[in-house]
Formats: sequence, C-alpha cells, structure tokens
Amino acid sequence: MTTKNGNAAPVKRVVNKRPGFFFDLLRRLVLEKPLGTFGLGLIIVFFTMGIFSKFIMPFSWSQIHLLERLQGPTGKYFLGTDELGRDELSRLIYGARISMEVGLGATLLSTLVSIIIGATSGFLGGKTDMVVQRFVDVYMSIPYFVILLTLMTILPRSLITILLVLGIGGGIAGARLVRSAVIGIKSNMYVSASEAVGSSPLRTLLVHILPNIMPTLIITFTLGIGGAILAEAGLSFLGFGLPPGVPSWGVLINSSQAYLQTDPQLALWPGLALSLAVFGMNMFGDSIRDLLDPRLRGGVGRYALSEKKLKELKESLAGKVTAGK
Amino acid sequence: MGAYAIRRLLWIPVTVILTTMIVFLLVRFIPGTVVDIIESQMAANGGGTIDRAAILKLLGLNVPVYVQYGRWVSNIVVHGSFGTSLRSSQPITPMILQRIPLTFELGLMALIIGLLISIPIGVYSAIRQDTITDYFLRSLSILLISIPSFWLGTMIVLYPSIWWHWAPPMEFIPFFTNPIGNLGMMIIPALVLGSQQSGSTMRMTRTMMLETLRQDYIRTAWSKGLSERVVVIRHAMKNALIPVVTMVGGGIPSLVGGSVIIEYIFNLPGMGRLMIDALNGRDYPIISAINLIMATIVIANNLFIDLTYGWLDPRIHYQ
Repeated sequence: MTTKNGNAAPVKRVVNKRPGFFFDLLRRLVLEKPLGTFGLGLIIVFFTMGIFSKFIMPFSWSQIHLLERLQGPTGKYFLGTDELGRDELSRLIYGARISMEVGLGATLLSTLVSIIIGATSGFLGGKTDMVVQRFVDVYMSIPYFVILLTLMTILPRSLITILLVLGIGGGIAGARLVRSAVIGIKSNMYVSASEAVGSSPLRTLLVHILPNIMPTLIITFTLGIGGAILAEAGLSFLGFGLPPGVPSWGVLINSSQAYLQTDPQLALWPGLALSLAVFGMNMFGDSIRDLLDPRLRGGVGRYALSEKKLKELKESLAGKVTAGK
Repeated sequence: MGAYAIRRLLWIPVTVILTTMIVFLLVRFIPGTVVDIIESQMAANGGGTIDRAAILKLLGLNVPVYVQYGRWVSNIVVHGSFGTSLRSSQPITPMILQRIPLTFELGLMALIIGLLISIPIGVYSAIRQDTITDYFLRSLSILLISIPSFWLGTMIVLYPSIWWHWAPPMEFIPFFTNPIGNLGMMIIPALVLGSQQSGSTMRMTRTMMLETLRQDYIRTAWSKGLSERVVVIRHAMKNALIPVVTMVGGGIPSLVGGSVIIEYIFNLPGMGRLMIDALNGRDYPIISAINLIMATIVIANNLFIDLTYGWLDPRIHYQ
C-alpha cells in the first residue's frame, strides 16, 4: 500500500474541472431557481454590507452621544439611537459584519471537522467506525442548543469561543452526513481500483473520495451558515453568546430588552436584519441542494426538468421529427 | 427485524452510560465554582469570609471527580435522586418532576400545531408544483425556519401591547386548575415553537408527495377515473407521509432545545427555564440532571422511531 506513486496526471484533471463545475452550478441556479437566485442576491447584499461596513456606517458603531440617547428615527439618525446614544443604523451595519464572520468562520470550521470525523470514520469502517459512531450518537442525543448553552457557560464569552464552539459543535453533528456520503462512494469500482494499484489510503481518500462527496459538502456548508448565525444570535440573546462589546444582531436584541416598551425599534431592526440574512442563506442553500442532491430533486428526469420544460422539450423534439420526415 | 431490534436494544445501555459520563464531566469544567459565586455574593452583601474547605465538603466536592461520578450515578440508579441544588439545597428530582409536564405540554402542542400547518401546505404545494402558489408556499416554509423564535416571540408579545395595550396572559395557569385558561396561555408560545418546526416538515412533505405522485399505482388510480381528492388523500398521502413521521420524530431534539428559549421569553416555569436559571447560577447538579433527562428523552424517541419505521413501511428490511 505504501508503494510510491508518481502518476500525477489524474490529480491535475480533477483540479482543472472545478471552476467549470462551480460556474455550471451558478448558471443552473440563475436559470432554474429564481428563489435561490433571490437568496444569493440577499447574501451578496449582506456580505457587501459587512465587508464595506467601515465606509457605509454614518457614525462609528461605538461612538456615544449621551445627549441624544434613545431617540426614535430622526434626520440625523435614520433608525434612532440606543441607550448610550449610539447610532442604531451603524450598529446594525457593523452587526452584519460580525454575523457574517460568525456564519462563515464557524461553518468553514464545522465542515472541516465533519470531513475529518466523517471521512475517517466512514473510510476506515470496522471498529473505528463503530466507536466513533457511538460517540456521535451520544452527542446527538443531547439537544444541540442545550450543548451550546452548557459549553458557553464553561468557556469565556468571546468571538473566538463562539467560532470554536459552533464550529466543532456543528461539525460533530454534520459528521454523520459526510460519513454516509463516503460510504456511498467507497463501494464504487474506482476506489477498489485505486487501492489495487497501490495508492495509500490517504491518497485514495483525498483524490478519489473527497472530490466525489463535494455535493454533500457544498450542501452542508451553504445550509450551515444560516444555522450558525441563528445559533449565535440565540446564545447572545440569552446572554451566553458574544459579550456586549461585540455588537452582533443577537447582542443588539439582548441589550434592547430593558427598553422594549419605550423603544421597540431597537429590537425590531436587528431581528429583521437577522431574519432576512438567514432567509437569504437558506433560500440559496435550499436551491443548491435541489440542484446537487439527486434524491431531493423536485422535477422529472435526470436534469430536474419541470413539467413545463419537459413539455417544451417534447414539442421541440416532435417538431424536429416531423420536419425530418 | 427481530435480530435488528435486539442489536439496537443492546446498544442502549452503552449509549446511556456514555451520556451520563459526558453530561457529568461537561459541567465539571465550569470556571468559577459555586463557592466563588457564594463568596462574591457575600462580599457584595458586605458580609464576612467563608470557610472554603468546609463548604466544599458540605457540597461533596472535596473528593476526586470519579468518586463524585460514582456517587452521582448510584444515587440516580438506587434512589432516583439527582442530588440537591447547590444554591437552594432543595432536592432536584421533585423540582424537575414538577416542571416536566409543562415542557411536555409545550412540546406536544407545538408538535401538533407544526403538523397542522405543515402537512396540508406541503401537500398542496406538491400538487400545484411550479406554480406561483408553490413558490410562495416554499418561500414561506423557508421563512419560518429563518425567523429566530426568540425574536418572533418578543415581537408577538411586544407590539400588541404597544398598539392596543393588549398583552397575552403571562401569569402561569396550571392545567388542572383551569384547563381553558392554561391552553389559552400556552397557545402563543406553542405557535411560535411549532411554526419554526413546521418549515422543514413542510418541505419534506412536499418532496415525498412529488416522489409518490409519480409512482405507477398513482397513474393507475388516475386512470380508474378517481377524483383528485381521492387520489391525493387516499392513495398518495398514505405512502408519502411515512418518511415524514421519521422526520417529525427526528425533530424532537430541536423541539426540546427550542423550548428552552420559548420558556425563557414567555416566562413559563418549565424545564428549560430551570436550565437557564441553573446555568446562570452555575448550579451544576441541576444542569447535569436536565442534560441527562433531555438526552434520555431523545434516546428513547430515536429508538421508538427506528423500531416503528420498519412496521410502518414494509418495504424496509433491516439486516
């Protein structure tokens, strides 16, 4: 199994195919999934808001105007000010940045953890798989949010902690999906062939199995971002998430609790932004899943043609046949 | 099926033992022990010093962790006791038993509401596939998953109270003193929790209906001249809903987790509310006990789904 294998050509071919794959996915998304494209649009808006928050914010998110606190919307502060006179709109824009950081960072980490646990467990099989799966079973039997709450009580409240907790915590839960995808691919002939020519297990895993579970990974990733953002917001709302100095949308809703009756908009705006961002992520993820997962395809036939398109196709074919005659 | 069931049952003790270990050890890493909290509270109240060693001994924290674990498990097994609260010195078991019915009621109502919303919408969305209605209903289901329940709950309580000076009853009414009042009070929390759960069920129902509607026996049913209602309800739904049952069962953990936030917002004295209070007070016997109870509920639920699935769908064979 450890024989040196100098043939690098197949690796190159796999690498070269990737950009085409993503481009094709994007093209199909825009053409076939109006809802998913709408979601992608929302994601782009929120990411732009996060990346360029410095230039968009009318004030600094932490600038205190004590004389103008708890104001409703005015010409100067479009969405009003909070209990320290900080501009709500600026804090909302900066919140987008934090939520995007949490969403992307935690999901990248969790996908990585899922791959490490799921792929090794599924690929090695046997006793390793058995033991790992028992631990995953136990982990999954405690409600996810309750685990998060317990962990956040133990650990210091910071951005890094949240990223680690959501990343590793979510990763263990996602490991099962990756594992079943790996087991599905493992039974293919080309995996046996790779083993037969003497590739090391690591090479078989990296070159032949991982590229083929890409659809599962992409689905887990896109649908995970919204979940991570929501989890962070829920934790922060209860006071177990990010500290008050890091104004994510969840933190903003949490700090608005004392002023709800007089200034409900302080809770309204961050919640709306949160819902809209997660809505966009989920719409996008859902369409990507439709496009990639053969079992969940809604339409008819291999390429998920809708009834309407199938009819059009049949008609055009029928036209050609008669024309040929 | 028999062999599968036996193997499945044999794993249960292993899972449960591992769960108790994890649940017990998890909270032992909490920084700032309860003694620190007591000390800081006493300092805040302007009063005196404490004998740390004596308090540790009193709370049973002076022995190694594995001895603590052994005592904890044997107490649960032999006496059905989860120990006493570190803060109030009350026994935990009655405290939790008193709160379980409310969490159970909330979960059950949310489950029923979730199904009442999601199944009809999912089925309708499937039989009108790729129409405007279908797009609208699918967006709705994703929207329901995306809105955070804690925010929705807050808004539902907040805005009516500002606009019409109407607030949902926040005073807790026990079911057995006033069933109607109790249900009236529980309906809004259950609706918030249930609507969030309904999104994924709605999606699953739609997908399964679409798959079933393309089966040969459905074509046969159509060609016999049966009405749409009969084909959809009698023939298609019966089979399409089997995986949905599993899905609903699989949603139980998130229902239990979600009830923590809902109980907190609506001030309901259930297990979740107890959990938050215990987490804030670093009262780890209570945290461990609730974690273990929630895990046990989920393990039992998963076992039930696995075993009934084969019975519901005869096409499935276990090896």
